Amino acid sequence: MNRIVIVGASAAGLAAAETLRRDGYAGTLTVVGDEPHAPYDRPPLSKQVLSAEWAPDRVALRAPDELDSLKLELRLGVAAAGLDTADRSVRLADGRVLTYDGLIVATGARARRLPGEGAHVLRTLDDALTLRERIGPGRRLVVVGAGFLGAEAAAVARKLGAQVTVLEPAPVPLAHAVGEEVGRVLSRAHLERGVDLRTGVTVTEVSRDGVRLADGEVVEADEVLVAVGSRPNVEWLAGSGLTVGDGVVCDEYCEAAPGVYAAGDVARWHNPLFGVGMRIEHRTNAAEQGTAAARNLLGPRTRKAFAPVPYFWSDQYGMRIQAYGYLRGAEEVRVVQGDLTEGRFVAAYRRGERLGGVLAVGVTPKALRGWRQRIAVATSWREAVG
Amino acid sequence: MRVELDEPKCVASGQCVLTAPEVFDQRDEDGIAFVTDEEPAPDSLDAVREAVAICPAAAIRLTER
Repeated sequence: MNRIVIVGASAAGLAAAETLRRDGYAGTLTVVGDEPHAPYDRPPLSKQVLSAEWAPDRVALRAPDELDSLKLELRLGVAAAGLDTADRSVRLADGRVLTYDGLIVATGARARRLPGEGAHVLRTLDDALTLRERIGPGRRLVVVGAGFLGAEAAAVARKLGAQVTVLEPAPVPLAHAVGEEVGRVLSRAHLERGVDLRTGVTVTEVSRDGVRLADGEVVEADEVLVAVGSRPNVEWLAGSGLTVGDGVVCDEYCEAAPGVYAAGDVARWHNPLFGVGMRIEHRTNAAEQGTAAARNLLGPRTRKAFAPVPYFWSDQYGMRIQAYGYLRGAEEVRVVQGDLTEGRFVAAYRRGERLGGVLAVGVTPKALRGWRQRIAVATSWREAVG
Repeated sequence: MRVELDEPKCVASGQCVLTAPEVFDQRDEDGIAFVTDEEPAPDSLDAVREAVAICPAAAIRLTER
């Protein structure tokens, strides 16, 4: 293999590039990124960057000398526009064509938007810097969506003295992701910090001056942030022959087609640890999957199934939330340590007859390692929760 | 080679401890990582490089020394 192209210059793409070099790949390595910036980190955008605790350059994932040492052909500020798997070539938006022996698709996801104009989203560094200029004491911010991103942004805006309203269509925030009981804990955190959390309301349209709800009511705002999830960037793969659904569909090795692997937010792969297809938009998964995809591309004879225990964290209102495993669609949630009302607890999530995941608030990360291990070896529910 | 950790960047995920337990550990109280062996033996370096790559906060650096 002599010519590898990685499409996507964020966490997954960078991890793949580093892994290829670390494992001895010496051929041409092209990394394509649609943003003009060198690889940077996204989780701080809704935290330290939005709060202006960090200067923007702190989010760089690597120092310039570290990037140089990878000897990349970096094509930044240009999106990929098409893939031809028969020809083994990637067409860029500027018309150039890159041929490859091996390809890693790491094009990530983009923020979902709502009808209308003038609202912010928070996905890129530029998004964060723009929003940060607009929130401050007395400013009215409406956040559409009480997911992790919306909650983190609301928490920062409150701290900066803004007047914050959060609008959420579900009765309890994040109930589909973490269960109703834990969702209520998150609800309470909003209310305790003086956020006007309104659940069961659907926003139909956004504008520069506020949002319109399904019942016709208009909620006025100086700024509107839409945080209603994201969509995988797969449109450029139309007609490529890759199976594209909600993400690029891959097998357990993260392979989408011969010589084509996918990693990060865009990849929907079969995780044998849980026996289901999943697409994970977590920062840790991007790096782990980029690493795994690169190894499998480089060493097809020694390739390994990618079977991670997913991990995510979120910081909101001074709370550290951490979760291991696959929580979505859990059949039962049980508090196994602490108390929900104290804001310090570990909740276990059941999938069938096994432990599927845990979520902890205010618990030291070290204390969670045992839980992670129990998930990794598919411990039975009965044994795990006693 | 010398291992450096940018502590304020650390998000306490513990990925480094899982990857290179002979070089990293986490504080009991808040999970923030620390380096237990700043100049690891050559046979630990692969694990450290792996930890650098998968750290979700890009908080670890391996520098020539």
